[in-house]
Amino acid sequence: MTHQLEIRNLHATVGDTEILKGINLIVPRGELHAIMGPNGNGKSTLAKVIVGDPEYTVTQGEVLVDGQNILEMEPDERARLGVFLAFQYPVEIPGVTIANFLRLAMQARKAEGEEVSFTEFYGKLQSALKTLEWDESIVERYLNAGFSGGEKKRNEILQMLMLEPNYIIMDETDSGLDVDALKIVARGVNSMRGPSLGGLIITHYQRLLDYIVPDKVHIIVNGKVVQTGGPELAKKLDSEGYDWVKELATA
Amino acid sequence: MTINPEVNEINKEYEYGWSNPERYAVKAPKGLRRDVVEMISRAKDEPQWMLDFRLKALDIFYSKPMPTWGADLSGLNLDEIYYYIKPEGANARSWDDVPDDVKQTFERLGIPEAERAALAGVGAQYESEMVYHNLKEEWEKLGVVFLSIEDGLKEYPELFREHFATIVPPEDNKFAAINSAVWSGGSFVYVPKGVKVDIPLQTYFRINAESSGQFERTLIIIDEGAQAHYIEGCTAPAYSSDSFHSGVIEIVVKEGARFRYSTIQNWSHNVYNLVTQRAAVYAGGVMEWVDGNLGSKVTMKYPACYLLEEGARGEVLSIAMAGRGQHQDAGAKIVHFAPNTSGTIVSKSISKDSGRSSYRGLVKIYEGARGSQTNVECDALLLDDEARTDTYPYIEIEEKDARVGHEATVSKINDEQILYLQSRGLSEDEAAGLIVRGFIEPIAKELPLEYAVELNRLIELEMEGSVG
Repeated sequence: MTHQLEIRNLHATVGDTEILKGINLIVPRGELHAIMGPNGNGKSTLAKVIVGDPEYTVTQGEVLVDGQNILEMEPDERARLGVFLAFQYPVEIPGVTIANFLRLAMQARKAEGEEVSFTEFYGKLQSALKTLEWDESIVERYLNAGFSGGEKKRNEILQMLMLEPNYIIMDETDSGLDVDALKIVARGVNSMRGPSLGGLIITHYQRLLDYIVPDKVHIIVNGKVVQTGGPELAKKLDSEGYDWVKELATA
Repeated sequence: MTINPEVNEINKEYEYGWSNPERYAVKAPKGLRRDVVEMISRAKDEPQWMLDFRLKALDIFYSKPMPTWGADLSGLNLDEIYYYIKPEGANARSWDDVPDDVKQTFERLGIPEAERAALAGVGAQYESEMVYHNLKEEWEKLGVVFLSIEDGLKEYPELFREHFATIVPPEDNKFAAINSAVWSGGSFVYVPKGVKVDIPLQTYFRINAESSGQFERTLIIIDEGAQAHYIEGCTAPAYSSDSFHSGVIEIVVKEGARFRYSTIQNWSHNVYNLVTQRAAVYAGGVMEWVDGNLGSKVTMKYPACYLLEEGARGEVLSIAMAGRGQHQDAGAKIVHFAPNTSGTIVSKSISKDSGRSSYRGLVKIYEGARGSQTNVECDALLLDDEARTDTYPYIEIEEKDARVGHEATVSKINDEQILYLQSRGLSEDEAAGLIVRGFIEPIAKELPLEYAVELNRLIELEMEGSVG
C-alpha cells in the first residue's frame, strides 16, 4: 500500500460553477505541503471536497487515501481513515462540552467493543493542552460556543492532537490569528510532524510557513495547480505578490 | 407479555409497548357516570366528604365545555374510556407481595433496581391503584411520610383535608374536574420542618389495559425549611385505541422550603396526557418543576408556581419532543401574588416529522407584587421541514414595579454542524443526536445523572433515522 494522499484530475462544482478544474497532487506521509494562491481560486474548495462537504459536487477525478478512493464515502468514514480538516470557520455546538466531544470522536475510531480508556484519554489530553498552553478547564466549555477566533483555531489543533490523524488539511488556520496564537498553533502541528503524518497547509500568506516549514509549495490558480516548488516559492509570493502566477494560469 | 403487532408501525421506536393479559379485581364499565364514581369511592372505603366532593366534581365536569384552545382533543372520546381498573393484590410494602406479572412489569422498567441504588422511596401505580409504596427506614424515622394518596387520606385525615383540592380545585378546568371525580392512586408526601431528603423519591405510573384512563392525584407538603426531590416516570403499552391520563398534582412549599418535581413522561403514542400541576409557594420558598415530555399523542401540561408570599421563587424547566402524530402543548405558569417574588421559565422543544411542539405560558404579576420579575426563554429546534413549532406567551402585568423578560428562538439543525461533527468521525445520526443533546443540556444537567442519561437515551431512540 502506498502511504500517500493522492488527488487525480479532480473537478468539482458548486451549483453550476466549476471551481476545481483538474487538480493533481501527491502528498506522501512524512511531508506537509503548502497550498497557496489568490483568494477565490479553489484552495478552500479543495479542502471541503476532500472532507466530503455535500455542498460540492465532484464531476471528475479521484481522491485516494493510502490507495483507496474516498469520494463515495461519508465524511465520517473519511475521518476514520485518518483524514482531518482544521476548518477555516469552526462551527459552534452549544451544550456539548469539548471533553465529551473529544471522547466521542476518539471512541468513533475504535473497533466494536473497544472503549477509550480514561488513562488513554486523560494522558493525551494533558499532553495536548500543555503543547497548546491551555488550561484544563477549557475542556468543560461548550464546543466553540462563544470562543474568539483564536480560541476556535486552537481548538481545531487540540482535536487534531487528540485524534492523531494520518493526513491533516489546514484551511487558512492562520487567518485572524496574532503572532502569539500563530506560534502556538504551529507548535501543535510541528509536534505531530514525523514519518506517519502527511498533509496540506492551505494559506494565503507566507507568515504561517515561517513556523511550519513546508516540504513543498503548490500554487492553485483558477482551479488548477499552476506551479510547484520548495519553501522558497512561498517567500517569492510574499515579496512579489500573486500577479505573476495569475499570468501563469492564463498562459 | 404480548406485543401488539397492529400498532408496531406507529410505535416502532417505542420500547415499552408490551402489555400483560388483563386480570383485574374490579373493572368499572366504560364512561364517566355517577355509579362509576360511587363505585370508586366505595372500593376505597372513603369518608362521606370525599364522596360528596367527587360527586360535586362530576357535576362541574358535566357543566364545563371541552377546551377549544390548545391541542386538538376531538379524537378523545370520553365515553369510550374505562375510568377505574383495580388490579389484583393490595398496595404492598414489599415487592414480594406484588402479583408476579405486575412485579415483572416494574422489574422490566428497572424500578426495584433504581430503588435499591439511588432512591429514598418508591411508589408504583398499575392502572388505577398503587401496587407498591415504600420509604426507606432512615427517612421514616425522621418523620417523612410517603404513602399512596388513599393511605394518606386514611392515616393523616386532617393534614390531608387541610390541603386537598385547595391548590387545584375541581372548578379549575374540565380535566381537573374529571380527576376530582374519579381520582385513584398517586402519592401523599409530607416532609417535616427542617428535614432535608437529599436523594429522590420516585413514583412510576404504568397503564396496561386498553382504552383505560389513569387519574392519579398527588398531594405533597414540604414543611418550613424542608427539602425534597420527587421524580415521576410513566409508560404504557402501544394500543391502536386511545388511552387517557389526567393527573392532578398539588404541592405546598412552605416558608423557606425547597422542592423539585421532575417528570419524564414517556407514554406510548396513543395516550392523551392532560395534566394539571400546581405549587403554592410561601415566603422564601423555592419550587422547581423539571418537565420532560417525550411520549403521548397529545400532551397539555403547564406546571404552575403560585408565588404567594414575599421572596418566593418558582422555576419551570421543560423539554418537549414531538415526533410523527404527536402534539406537545406544554409550557408553564408563574403567578406573582407577593412582592419580590421571582421566576424563571426555560422551555426547549424538538420537533420532527409532522410533530408539533407548542410553548404556552402565562406570567402574571398582580398589583402590589412590587420588585417581582420572571424571565422566559423558549427555544425550539426543528429537525426537518415538516415539523412545526409555535409560541403562545401570555404576559399580564398589573404592577408597575415589576419586570418580565421574554426571549424566543427557533433553529434548525444546520448542515455545517453535522459536517463538522462527521468530519471528526461521528456518523450523521450520532452527530444529530449530539446536537440535540447539547440543545437540551441546560435542562438535562438539572436531573440526577441516571435520569439525564435516560432522557438522552430516549431522545436518541426517537431520533433514530431522523436525518439524512
